[in-house]
Amino acid sequence: MMIERIPTIHEAHQLLVSKQLSSVELTEAVLARIQAVEPRVKAFVSVTEETALQQAILADKRIAKGEARPLTGIPAVMKDLLCTKGIRTTCSSKMLDNYVPPFDATVIEKLYAEGMVLVGKANMDEFGMGSSTENSAFFPTHNPWNIEYVPGGSSGGSAAAVAAGEGLYALGSDTGGSIRQPAGFCSVIGLKPTYGRVSRYGLIAFASSLDQIGPLTQDVEDAAIVLSAIAGHDSRDSTSVKLRVPDYTQSIGKDIKGMRIGVPKEYFVEGMQPEVKQAIVSALTVLEGLGAHIDFDISLPNTACALAVYYIISPSEASANLARFDGVRYGFSYTDTDSMWEALEKTRQFGFGPEVKRRIMLGTYTLSAGYYDAYYLKAQKVRTLIRNEFEEAFNKYDVLVTPTCPTVPFKIGERVDDLLSMYLTDVCTLPISIAGVPAISVPAGFAGGLPIGLQVIAKPFAEETILRVAHAYEQATDWHKQKPLL
Amino acid sequence: MKFSREDVIHIAALAKIAMTEDEITNFSVQLSNVMENFEILNKVDTTNILPTSQPNALSNVMREDEIESSLDIADVFANASNREGDFFRIHSVLE
Repeated sequence: MMIERIPTIHEAHQLLVSKQLSSVELTEAVLARIQAVEPRVKAFVSVTEETALQQAILADKRIAKGEARPLTGIPAVMKDLLCTKGIRTTCSSKMLDNYVPPFDATVIEKLYAEGMVLVGKANMDEFGMGSSTENSAFFPTHNPWNIEYVPGGSSGGSAAAVAAGEGLYALGSDTGGSIRQPAGFCSVIGLKPTYGRVSRYGLIAFASSLDQIGPLTQDVEDAAIVLSAIAGHDSRDSTSVKLRVPDYTQSIGKDIKGMRIGVPKEYFVEGMQPEVKQAIVSALTVLEGLGAHIDFDISLPNTACALAVYYIISPSEASANLARFDGVRYGFSYTDTDSMWEALEKTRQFGFGPEVKRRIMLGTYTLSAGYYDAYYLKAQKVRTLIRNEFEEAFNKYDVLVTPTCPTVPFKIGERVDDLLSMYLTDVCTLPISIAGVPAISVPAGFAGGLPIGLQVIAKPFAEETILRVAHAYEQATDWHKQKPLL
Repeated sequence: MKFSREDVIHIAALAKIAMTEDEITNFSVQLSNVMENFEILNKVDTTNILPTSQPNALSNVMREDEIESSLDIADVFANASNREGDFFRIHSVLE
């Protein structure tokens, strides 16, 4: 079968089980697409062509036996901070340039059990620290909608790969917006599950109380399929919860009549691009037309504190997590010295990039003697207030709707020297990570040919609700059907 | 909050990161700028508010202490820069 365009997961599954298409054919089509567009997009740190074709052959055997699962034989892309046994995993850092993990992350194990075909490992901001993928130690990734622009970050490689058809879906990780913001920038779906919904075992840690793995897909139904496969308790991650994993695809296609939608005013921030505001207002009109009740009279006043809370808590946790990189057991090692301490300090000087060092410094400071109470403890208390605000809001509303980002993507290089404007890219996604609630970004239009994302947020473990609202909106619009011309 | 050169040198020593003169200068300016944004938290009343260390309220998660197989020695050393027998080799700690 000739493949005109890269199908969604649910379309491909139908073609595979009805024998109109084999996994090997589908994988070859994706690999050909990678070869054609990758010189311009640069979404991958590694393309795993041989592995992919071997896995596709096994998947075809499984399909022939009638044992196909929804993800069997489907080519996928994994962010390069998810450990893959025998396959280089770099975190887009010189520190882990040659690191080959001896084990698989839990999400990778689960997807292999489903019959995943792994086509490659996606570029990212080094250790997940960034909002544009320009902090990769290797090269920046380009936005498939306009290659002079950033794809967002830190899961920019994952989002760009899905938007460019270099994989049917991807996994990313989200600490302060790193799935949702690049999904918004690349016009794909990006779902950050509730903290504890997906095991973090084998995810190279950035900030342990915030990190969460989630899917980036071409449509909402696909996000439901992937989440169903990766969610669940894992004894190797003690923060994963022992809750039943629903079949999230059951949320797809249900109407949203009578649903209560709150639109918190703090998310329409100063400096917001007028076209983004217009797109969100139009999206709310669509949701109202589908029978939802929209309420603009809601305020979450502590939203203004989210940036400060995030830039204390996440660097603090990062400074502890990244203490493990000492050049002894794995990773880059500076050897041109006779001193153990000099070897350690220079390993970290040359192994880490500037943004990673900045955050380790910040976190070391906020945790250091005399400052812990003033910064880390204070931020944790304000974190409680932010959580409480969301909890109260969800007594009144089924979901909250906001823009994913106040602007469309910016040009590569435009913000690298302006730290604060880079950090402000995440103002609409940070509070959600701090509260640990689930949220999704759905394509909601374009301005000047660049994508706009709509964020739908719900209470903890209500992923079914956000999928339901996101799917209803998606089906009433055709933004998700528009593909970049590459 | 100003991040002085001395602060940068002190924190870099705690974080075990060697730094060039340029890096010390840059970090002093950049970290001071970022920390200015933390002042907003001083205006928030957090009297009697408990801290949130992680959002899903689990505590003291226990499991059975069961014997499991661990990594093969070959896998343990596969990524090491300097191995001697079944040890990681580093420079002497005590001089």
